[in-house]
Amino acid sequence: MSGSVLVHATDLGSLATLDARAWREEIANRLQDGMRAITFFGRTSGPTAILTCVLADSQYRLLILRTEIDPRQGYHELTTEFPSLQAFEREMHEQLGLHIAGHPWLKPIRYEGGAQGSMSAYPFYKIDGKEVHEVAVGPIHAGVIEPGSFRFMCEGEKVHHLEIQLGYQHRGVEKKLLQGDARRLGPLIETIAGDSSVAHAWAYCASIEALAGADLEAGADVFRAIALELERVAMHLSGMAGLSTDLGFLQGASTYGRLRTIAINSMMQLCGSRFGRSAVRPGGAGTRMSLAMTTELSGNVGLLQRDLAIINDRFASSMTVQHRLRGIGILSRNDAVQLGLVGMVARASGVRMDARQMTHQGIYKYVPPGSPILEEGDCRARAHIRIEEMKASLTWLKEVLARHPELLPKQASLGALPPNRLTVSIVEGWRGEVVHCLETGNAGELIHYKIQDPSLRNWFGLAIAVRGNEISDFPICNKSFDLSYCGNDL
Amino acid sequence: MTLFKAIRTRISQGTQYIPDLRQARPKGFRGLPLIDATPCETECHSCADLCPTQAIGLNPVSIDLGRCVFCKECEESCPSGKIRFTSDPRMGAANRSDLVLKEGFGLPAIRPSETLSKIFGRSLKMRQVSAGGCNACELELNASANVNFDLQRYGIEWVASPRHADALVLTGPLTRNMREAIRIAWDSMPEPRFLVAVGACAISGGLYEAAAGVDRDFLKSVGPSIYVPGCPPHPLTFANAILDFLMPGRK
Ligand code: SF4
Repeated sequence: MSGSVLVHATDLGSLATLDARAWREEIANRLQDGMRAITFFGRTSGPTAILTCVLADSQYRLLILRTEIDPRQGYHELTTEFPSLQAFEREMHEQLGLHIAGHPWLKPIRYEGGAQGSMSAYPFYKIDGKEVHEVAVGPIHAGVIEPGSFRFMCEGEKVHHLEIQLGYQHRGVEKKLLQGDARRLGPLIETIAGDSSVAHAWAYCASIEALAGADLEAGADVFRAIALELERVAMHLSGMAGLSTDLGFLQGASTYGRLRTIAINSMMQLCGSRFGRSAVRPGGAGTRMSLAMTTELSGNVGLLQRDLAIINDRFASSMTVQHRLRGIGILSRNDAVQLGLVGMVARASGVRMDARQMTHQGIYKYVPPGSPILEEGDCRARAHIRIEEMKASLTWLKEVLARHPELLPKQASLGALPPNRLTVSIVEGWRGEVVHCLETGNAGELIHYKIQDPSLRNWFGLAIAVRGNEISDFPICNKSFDLSYCGNDL
Repeated sequence: MTLFKAIRTRISQGTQYIPDLRQARPKGFRGLPLIDATPCETECHSCADLCPTQAIGLNPVSIDLGRCVFCKECEESCPSGKIRFTSDPRMGAANRSDLVLKEGFGLPAIRPSETLSKIFGRSLKMRQVSAGGCNACELELNASANVNFDLQRYGIEWVASPRHADALVLTGPLTRNMREAIRIAWDSMPEPRFLVAVGACAISGGLYEAAAGVDRDFLKSVGPSIYVPGCPPHPLTFANAILDFLMPGRK
């Protein structure tokens, strides 16, 4: 079996390359019908560009549409009609020099290649008027966090528009991934977004295993899901501690912070690293859990459940906290859908989507994790969705650990990668769906590796959510989205 | 009601700080490796072949902790059991060459800086800058100030502005897109000041050595005074490196 993660492998021989016009029309029709793009990317092949759009319906049934075109000719943009494609089209323009006629805003996603180092010359949007002023923040922020730049256009205290400038974290991950043995990329994959090491590692492994025909033991699947849920709990705790700090709610900051220590130390006992490094490797290596480890982990889960209930109650009943969050940074359901937002941010705006619930096999099928939905779409909803998700994950962990007191799967053997295949794997990480697409060439070598962190899509949601709010609401809005800079910048 | 809930939360919190950071050995942590001095049974070189960061030297075997990402490939592949990871988090160094671990030896202790400890031995303000860090180092540095590790008890604190900082703490392999910002941050810091390199990425480039978006020129003009290995380093690794370097006598 290939586990409880959604993975889709296609023989490139059976994948039609459409004529550009038909391809564009097909994408538009399918989006019109309610499918959504889960990733959309391109690569150059000699003088041409090969563009791949991966669409999914609400059941995560995938449709892959491909075309090959002259990048100078390009195609006519789709973003105006389907804003959810904005980041993808900008990225393709940046990476391939693809001409996308009529696109409203081809701002670089991350200033890669020849554009590196030119970021300070970027002309931000400007608005004129007597009462208008601008506030520039970053790239270095006033905390121990990653760099990114924010430009606020304000009328008095009110944010009229926020322009987000990213790319400071661009290292060149995707290029690095094409060097060396494709089955040994684990350590590099784990640094795409270090707070989502397990999610990215699992997406990578699922694709490699699908390619190499590995027969993963059920125990390895269970172990990965345990690690993924621990990662979710740990990062939600981290987010709640950070949000509490920004709210000036110090008891929340210290208590959620302390509970996070329990969660990440549990992870460390599973794999030696508080961030799940080396826990997930192709074929299931590194995934062993003795009876003693399970007992200890169960105990920690119980402890988290007990103490979390106390601080959650305090958080929910603190008038100042609730008042500060309610009605701030509202993202409507319609905007979330239109912009193609994913994960907990989308779920806090009433959009039902969770890749874990769509699997047809593996532990997530047999013990489906709860996936709470909140409707309000404000900062309060984005805080409380994390509280609810932690509760759901802890309940899930309790049950799974009781069912699987010992996990000692054997490593599945990994054959050579077959030629001319395309895989798509989707893991519901704590931020949302992590998508990896791998393509092999004529000799089974990796010729393309596309990484899709949920942050790429969700950053624009933040820009929309802060509109009309006070500039002093921004730190709370930003923390409530809790997006990755390096996951975007790659 | 609220007061009651606040008290209940406070009671659940208990007392969390680790009394002696120097003695703490986090359970299950993959920390300082040790290389056995007995000769290899085979000449397989699997450790060096599998190492993703070329951290391993051969004949005799050595591990450069400034490159190591603690993936344990070497330990698991070795037929002679020559490499073994311990839970010891104390891996910092004041000299880059001290990070190269040799057969049969641990790491040399950090020699405290006489000049710097005179100035910063009772109070140290740090500005952190991430330049391609993946948020693992950043989270662990943040954790060094949480209720468990509580570095503030030594007068060690994170500050928002480089103008207020004595030390610049760098994470990540140093990206080209951050080149200008790093320089501005450093130039804004009043002297005396020093640089701390945290994590394999910052120390050597790690997994991103020679990657397309990396530019490490800044380090040619400013050398780190302390190196903190790990991927990411444990808060105890960071805490101990700083304490050993600046506050050797303090409990
Ligand atoms: S644990 Fe360190 S030395 Fe060993 S293979 Fe991994 S990176 Fe190399």
